[in-house]
Amino acid sequence: MNFWLALVVKVVAILAVMLPGALVIIFGELKISAHMQSRIGPYFAGGRWGWAQPLADGLKFLQKEDLVPDAADASVYKLAPYVVLMGTLATFVIIPFGPDLVPENLDLGLFYLLAVSSLSTLGVLMAGWSSGNKYSLIGGLRAAAQLIAYELPLVLAAVAVAVQAGTLSLIGIVEAQATTELFGLNIHLPYVLTGQIVGFAIFLVASLAELSRIPFDMPIAESELTMGYLTEYSGIRFTMFFLGEYAGMVSMAAVAATLYLGGYWLPGLSDEVLNIAGPFILLTKVMLLAFLFIWMRWTFPRLREDQLQSLAWKWLIPVALVNIVLTAFFKVVF
Amino acid sequence: MAGDGFPLKGLLTGMKLTMKAFLKKPITVNYPLEKETPVPRARGVIALDIEACTVCMLCARECPDWCIYIEGHKEEIPPATEGGRVRTRAKLDRFDIDYALCMYCGICVEVCPFDALFWSPDYEYSEYRISEMLHDKERLTDWLATVPEPPPLES
Repeated sequence: MNFWLALVVKVVAILAVMLPGALVIIFGELKISAHMQSRIGPYFAGGRWGWAQPLADGLKFLQKEDLVPDAADASVYKLAPYVVLMGTLATFVIIPFGPDLVPENLDLGLFYLLAVSSLSTLGVLMAGWSSGNKYSLIGGLRAAAQLIAYELPLVLAAVAVAVQAGTLSLIGIVEAQATTELFGLNIHLPYVLTGQIVGFAIFLVASLAELSRIPFDMPIAESELTMGYLTEYSGIRFTMFFLGEYAGMVSMAAVAATLYLGGYWLPGLSDEVLNIAGPFILLTKVMLLAFLFIWMRWTFPRLREDQLQSLAWKWLIPVALVNIVLTAFFKVVF
Repeated sequence: MAGDGFPLKGLLTGMKLTMKAFLKKPITVNYPLEKETPVPRARGVIALDIEACTVCMLCARECPDWCIYIEGHKEEIPPATEGGRVRTRAKLDRFDIDYALCMYCGICVEVCPFDALFWSPDYEYSEYRISEMLHDKERLTDWLATVPEPPPLES
């Protein structure tokens, strides 16, 4: 196929999955949080169950004035939301939706993924630095500190998967899960059930921190920093950040599902079936993980900044290192 | 990290709690569509029985925030029989309660010696302007219909 045509098709496909996914998760967050607090949540927008609430919110944001503070570094300030959204979108390039349905099958997939997922935090730091507001600055710096602390457990947890699978390509990792035989028996299970349960937990905690979601939302922390790096943003740029947060949930959940839950693969389905059903299987797993994220958000209180750092450096990183050693040990022995 | 029991027990307890709330029916009452029935002795609004009022001003004087405005005059009633005495009766001209000031203490209802004031459970009389919260005696009389029957006397 023509390169440019293929590029357009891939970009459209990624947007067609990611933006509705983000809207569904926003709506899920509204409804699930409401029911977890014995409320109903949105009820009237769109007729039934208030399904149009995220769209109505988006339209409302678009009507707002796009303010740039006098003290802001205007060009950086205006660019920041796009960088955040870009970093999130870029992770989708290598997510496999089926044996042949992958936008780009990079051999260094996992490496690329961990590299571009840090881009969003750069955008957050840009936003905090350029806003000309002390709360935004502290928020941006907190986000940077959080990224440095939690990128390590995230990478180390993913390394254990790469060791077990013997490849960095995401499609290779899914195939390794589909073909690995447990103790010589003809049983194939995703990695979360075959030795990576600790790695999965570390990855989930670290990805919550990467997404700055409660209980790791110190960069935003309304009660201390008004809204952190979001304080000065309004209108379409705020929408970008908002969408970026939820699109980030989709991408992080998709990565976690691919690495630990078998991605598009379900036991007992052939490649032909998976090429059609794969996207739906992956999206189901993504939504389950997103539900877990939302559930945690509405249960746990925010950590303090020093608790956040000690959790990463004193607990997650040592445990992740031990996890790598054990994974490598079992890989060699069996 | 948890105080006692196995590690992370506190986190799991919290998640169990939110999941329980998630599975239960929400307690929200969708107000304009569905309404809760107020309890029988609810202090919704004060109703006035004009016939019982003697313009004694006790309620207006006892009102802690002075939200009751009363005006009246004396009327002469001609004698019922020839050569009888001319009687006077107090006639109520104005009886307004400013519900923007009222704090629903109920002292006026308690203090009224002729049982002219009653509590009604009706609560749907909000207005767009604070000045429209001043309700006159006609409006107060309308609410008399919503006053519930007094409870039976204790034997």
